Amino acid sequence: MAAHTESRVPAMWGRFMTWIDRRFPATETYEFHASKYYAPKNFNFLYFFGSIALFVLVMQILTGIWLTMSYVPSGAEAFASVERTIMRDVDFGWLIRYLHTTGGSAFFIVVYVHMFRGLLYGSYREPRELLWLIGMAIFLAMMAEGFFGYLLPWGNMSFWAAQVIVSLFGAIPWIGPDLAQWIRGDFNVSEITLNRFFALHVVALPLVLIGLVFVHIVALHHVGSNNPDGIDIKKNKNADGIPKDGIPFHPYYTIGHDLPAIIGFLFVFCLVAFYLPDMGGYFIEKPNFEEANPMKTPEHIAPVWYYTPFYAMLRAATFPLLGVDAKFWGLVVMAAAIAMPAVLPWLDKSPVKSMRYKGRISKVMLTLFVLSFFILGYLGTIPPSPTSTATAQVCTMLYFAYFVLMPWYTRVETTKPVPERVTMR
Amino acid sequence: MRTATIGVIALVLSFGALTAAHASEEAHWPMDPMKPNLGDKPSLQHGLKLFANYCMGCHSLKYQRWERTADDLEIPHDLLLSNVVFSGAPIGSLMTNAMPTEAAKSWFGAAPPDLSTEARLRGPEWIYNYLRTFYVDESRPLGVNNKVFPNVGMPHALLELQGTPIETCKQLPKMKDGYELRDPLIPGKAITEERCGVLDVVPGTGQLTAAEYDKAVYDIVNFLAYVAEPSRIQREHLGVYVLLFLVILYVFAALLGREYGKEIH
Repeated sequence: MAAHTESRVPAMWGRFMTWIDRRFPATETYEFHASKYYAPKNFNFLYFFGSIALFVLVMQILTGIWLTMSYVPSGAEAFASVERTIMRDVDFGWLIRYLHTTGGSAFFIVVYVHMFRGLLYGSYREPRELLWLIGMAIFLAMMAEGFFGYLLPWGNMSFWAAQVIVSLFGAIPWIGPDLAQWIRGDFNVSEITLNRFFALHVVALPLVLIGLVFVHIVALHHVGSNNPDGIDIKKNKNADGIPKDGIPFHPYYTIGHDLPAIIGFLFVFCLVAFYLPDMGGYFIEKPNFEEANPMKTPEHIAPVWYYTPFYAMLRAATFPLLGVDAKFWGLVVMAAAIAMPAVLPWLDKSPVKSMRYKGRISKVMLTLFVLSFFILGYLGTIPPSPTSTATAQVCTMLYFAYFVLMPWYTRVETTKPVPERVTMR
Repeated sequence: MRTATIGVIALVLSFGALTAAHASEEAHWPMDPMKPNLGDKPSLQHGLKLFANYCMGCHSLKYQRWERTADDLEIPHDLLLSNVVFSGAPIGSLMTNAMPTEAAKSWFGAAPPDLSTEARLRGPEWIYNYLRTFYVDESRPLGVNNKVFPNVGMPHALLELQGTPIETCKQLPKMKDGYELRDPLIPGKAITEERCGVLDVVPGTGQLTAAEYDKAVYDIVNFLAYVAEPSRIQREHLGVYVLLFLVILYVFAALLGREYGKEIH
């Protein structure tokens, strides 16, 4: 009897999948993206972060849906709906909120590491330029998503950060003031602004993000993953046309590699969400425990930590140029700093992809770049002083030097020979 | 390469100097430490009692409900309703008061803020020191000023408990690196110096001793720390189980991952 059932179930399943596959490419899609997607076998821990980013995105969407059930996007009720309804009245509302706020910061940490991995191993190089550009678009959408979401709790820092950032657009010559008013929908940040930011945060940008992440993955699986050696594994295939250095993404990376990594990530994540949810004022800023008040400016307005490197660069521009305000040039520097990584594929002229085989100048420049990014991140959180502004100016130069000088230093430096096959180290 | 190394060192140094400069800007009044203890139920109950008697006339806790407070602080509902809830409101209602906002603005210059999240806005330490640094200042409209919040518009609500605090000059032990300096000739005798701008209470004016007053303020702030995040006890309790679960899950996931890893050559 038992043997009889065993043989019948797979047969039924096979017939069912045949029926499906004739109408929808289920097996084909599964094989293309998972079981027959051959990823290089030499991934290291830095390759966890793409999967973790996807995991965090799903978590943000789920916690976001539940928060939306209790949140009220109105000037009179927004703060109360967070502090009274979600934080006190709804069972586990506090947990859902902390998972979402911690998730916002975690998303940026994970994506910054993911981007650093790209810089380190030259993942932006041919043929992955478009993949890199889609990634940059995701980064931009994330920044917008974070900015819109930050207004929603309607705390005093939410209000003033939105006020400051939107007013930056006012510094653009000619169209500035009208543009800022158009973004706010009012003369000041108000309930109208809150309502449109809510719509953008919970509907528009999540749709954009999901769409972009989808094409990011499609593009990745089309060109194949890079690896720490920066070697094209498709050049070395066996008789069946399978790369000799590739292993099926599923199950070897999904279960064998990424599942423990995601659980490890969750451990650190929950440690923060349960024991340090405001991260000493970095994940949830102190002035946000007070309702938005247009009459009361916080002593020191700083954006959330993940924008502070760019905010520090904005403040580093201190002198007017060509008859235009310093504020406008700050905006230009900031926009350039955010957009700069997008042109990397065309700046890197090195014969090798990975930092493992690049020369000394590349290593020094990347180190200085990362250092300056961290220092700028810190400087953006503190009130400006002459020392901090001077330091920010030096760091801004270093940040841009990494990009601007790249065509030169990647050409002149001596690189190491790249092995034929990937190395496991 | 050498230039780059020097550059890195210079960057790190300037970073350190900045951090130090930033830290020194923040010190105004030497703050006494205050660490809330949400497990201390008698302290929280006492804090609630004092808050209801001395603070709630002006300051609401409009995001918190009486029922939640009673349950978390282990106070029977009828006991709370008959002794603390003066408005006759039902147990499920919010902890509001009858202060008219517009009138309060003209009385104090600004409406007294709601204190539901005050302990997370300013920190418990700030409130603890604020409530202990009022002093008589005839130049102020309400006759008192404050060391932590200069020119504040609030009267000294706890005056009858503390007594009349005045700003004065006092002989105090000389300090060096956080330690009192001792006279090298007379063992145990502290070297003192006159310091002005320190606070003292006029003897016999308050209901409580200095130590009792500090404890009363501690209890109020402890209660405010609870109200600012009533889910904190549950959060820290639940966190242990979540983290333990993840550790166990990780062990199995890592073992499974290793099995798959063996197949890769």
